Amino acid sequence: MNRFNKKNIFTIVGLVLFYITVQILFNIGILDSYMELNIILICINIILAVGLNLITGFTGQFSLGHAAFMSIGAYTSAVLTAKLGQPFFIGIILSGIVAALAGVLIGIPTLRLKGDYLAIATLGFGEIIKILALNTDYIGGAIGFNDIPQYTNWTWAFGMTVLSIVVIKNFINSYKGRACIAIREDEIAAEAMGVNATHYKVLAFAIGAFFAGIAGSLYANYFYFIKPDSFGFMKSIDILVIVVFGGLGSISGSIVGAIVLSVVSTLLQSVADLRMIIYALVLFGIMMFRPTGLMGKQEFKGFKLKTIKKEVKASESFKGYESI
Amino acid sequence: MKVLKVTNLSKSFGGIKALKDISLEINKGEIIGLIGQNGAGKTTFFNLLTGIYNPTSGEIEYNLDKKITSKDLKPHKIAYYGISRTFQNIRLFQNMTVLENVLLGYHSRFKYGLASTVFRLPSYYKWEDEKYRHALNLLEKFNLMDKKDETAKNLSYGDQRRLEIARALAAKPKVLLLDEPAAGMNPNETRELTSLIRWIRESYDLTIILIEHDMSLVMDVCEKIFVFDSGTLIAEGTPEEINKNERVIKAYLGEETEIC
Amino acid sequence: MEQVFQQMINGISLGGIYALMALGYTMVYGIINLINFAHGDIYMVGAYVGFALTTFFNIGFLPALLISMAATSLLGIIIEKIAYKPLRKSPRITALITAISISLLLQYTMMYFVGPQTRTFPEVLESKSLKFLNGNVILDVKNIYIIAITLILMIALQFIVRKTKMGKAMRASSYDLEAAELMGVNVNKVISFTFAMGSALAGAAGVLVGIYYNTINPLMGSLPGLKAFVAAVLGGIGAIPGAVLGGFSLGIIETIVSANGGSVFKDAVAFLILILVLLVRPNGLLGKTAKEKV
Repeated sequence: MNRFNKKNIFTIVGLVLFYITVQILFNIGILDSYMELNIILICINIILAVGLNLITGFTGQFSLGHAAFMSIGAYTSAVLTAKLGQPFFIGIILSGIVAALAGVLIGIPTLRLKGDYLAIATLGFGEIIKILALNTDYIGGAIGFNDIPQYTNWTWAFGMTVLSIVVIKNFINSYKGRACIAIREDEIAAEAMGVNATHYKVLAFAIGAFFAGIAGSLYANYFYFIKPDSFGFMKSIDILVIVVFGGLGSISGSIVGAIVLSVVSTLLQSVADLRMIIYALVLFGIMMFRPTGLMGKQEFKGFKLKTIKKEVKASESFKGYESI
Repeated sequence: MKVLKVTNLSKSFGGIKALKDISLEINKGEIIGLIGQNGAGKTTFFNLLTGIYNPTSGEIEYNLDKKITSKDLKPHKIAYYGISRTFQNIRLFQNMTVLENVLLGYHSRFKYGLASTVFRLPSYYKWEDEKYRHALNLLEKFNLMDKKDETAKNLSYGDQRRLEIARALAAKPKVLLLDEPAAGMNPNETRELTSLIRWIRESYDLTIILIEHDMSLVMDVCEKIFVFDSGTLIAEGTPEEINKNERVIKAYLGEETEIC
Repeated sequence: MEQVFQQMINGISLGGIYALMALGYTMVYGIINLINFAHGDIYMVGAYVGFALTTFFNIGFLPALLISMAATSLLGIIIEKIAYKPLRKSPRITALITAISISLLLQYTMMYFVGPQTRTFPEVLESKSLKFLNGNVILDVKNIYIIAITLILMIALQFIVRKTKMGKAMRASSYDLEAAELMGVNVNKVISFTFAMGSALAGAAGVLVGIYYNTINPLMGSLPGLKAFVAAVLGGIGAIPGAVLGGFSLGIIETIVSANGGSVFKDAVAFLILILVLLVRPNGLLGKTAKEKV
């Protein structure tokens, strides 16, 4: 196995071409600023969904507070770029790191909880973060944080999206990722095989939070203005819905889910009154008729785990199974 | 050489004493059988040995590369030191492939960091390559090679039991605990299991402790037997001794002395 | 001293409302292990039904309360039949998200029909208040009504659960649903009945909140719903006395925090309590422990 195999080079060339094409379309004005807004929102949603999928889909830990990490990232970046005059890349990196630290801090105590209890604890954590933000005057409180420099553009959004997908895909296809999946499948058996469940749960939580922080940073530095309510319970649900809609445990699913649901949401803006009703009905329909999501646990080609096709010599094999 | 020493081990759940004052020693390289009626405390004993439960009192001491006592050790740590097990009710990673299940067995042997993981540095390829090869080797030995990409839940019952043993072996255990490996098997499969257990002991340098209700298997394969009855250890000895032991016959074998 | 009395009165009134809702959460969770996220919105529907009856039909307080309870219990049964019953064997996350979708559906359907604005609940109870300790402690008629109705409903519930055949079936089902079914308990009926009871209590809580705070809106259910769930967890989910204890404790704690200058943080306090309880005593104050068999 080699990192410079044909397929990887092919993928990289494809991504670069895609990036350049979209950039050109922006430059010559075929894609207008409204399209840019939607494309950047899609990128942010992909990053959020892929991160949450690592936590909920692969590691099997319910989280109803993912937006809180986005909030932490958004405010970190806003403070760094608007108040402290730092460049954007500092803002982005520190957003991710601060959110990841928050993830570790929250994860160590709460990840002992299972299932619904963890879901409720993360929900509670999300609400606490929101209430703290609402009552901190330094970051604008309930009025919101204004005049954040707009640094986010197609390049940053695309780059971060690719980074999040590559990192999480690579993570999943490693022994660490397999340990996470094993915890989802059977925590007791995983522990008996030497997997430190707490460690991997917290690790998954931290990585998911890291990318949520980055997504928050992209968001804050695109929309000039953020307020605590943008990252409440509903946003957490939105992200979870993307993940479940795409398929828990499928990275491809999260990407497709983010694109489809972002487009649907944009289209529904013309019927603002009915938007949430339709949203609820769609959600209900998915749960009734396709609870495994679009992709199930399947991946597109290229996301799959590779196995080595090497011949194995069965020299000292057990010879007891004539019949099988 | 003693590989395991248990001293005055007790475990209570609320008011119920599941194990009372168990003391025993196990020599390296032996195949040990634990027998006793349902509820006699055998699986509780396994759960204490593997750290899933903490003892109410008493001590478990392993004499492996170094001496370790199970006190306050988490299950994953105990697994890391070389204690590996299967479960009574088969606990495979249902939605993972056969190969991935076995790879999980190697978990503690992987040594590359987070940076290598997410950026696919050379050490990632080195370790993954090596362990894949080991895993395939093991699957070959267990006749599971042609099913390596099958999802574990789609395997037949017998294959699932075998895969669970393969996964436990992948962890390179020094002590292998098998919880009712023959449960649900027909006589033919049980015979094959018997030779598999012997083969494992010969090919790997380890001690095997097994819980089993199938007396023919236990009498056939075990060198030493411990008999549990309502949480206490009532007898220990070679199969012949156990067969003749009055207390065991009374408590466990009943009138069916012709069992062997 | 007067302040403490006043806070206790307010805390117990608020706590009674939480307790009424927490009972619904705890009963449903006890039987089908589902966090019924729509429960807070059933309470909202109860408030609106009460509002419509008293405002447009000039119906008195007590009949309006009873009709609201009947309406919400019917709503609860319908939701269970349509949304939750088909998913009884599904993974937890599916049921959880379905419950969230039902919650959103109720909120925004209501908003579509009545508009998003806050409405003022009519004064159906004449405003009389008793003053104690030189007028420093005020016990309003509303407080008395809320506390009395809460207690009556709780006693009624306790009677049903302890003394009736259906109550016995409920207790059996919460212990082991499958075993109860094998013993001839009509599980579907028990679950419907549980939803009906829980929803009726939520509906009553909705009307009581309407008369207590005078304002209602379509999203009024989400936060109190979550807090009532916190109360249920605090008391020990699945335990009926636990829900009552949790509800009153939460109400009193919140009132004390607000009265001491922490009103902006009172919601955070509720969730902080939740997380602490889960960490220190995951089965709540009165819950029982259950261990997974290996």
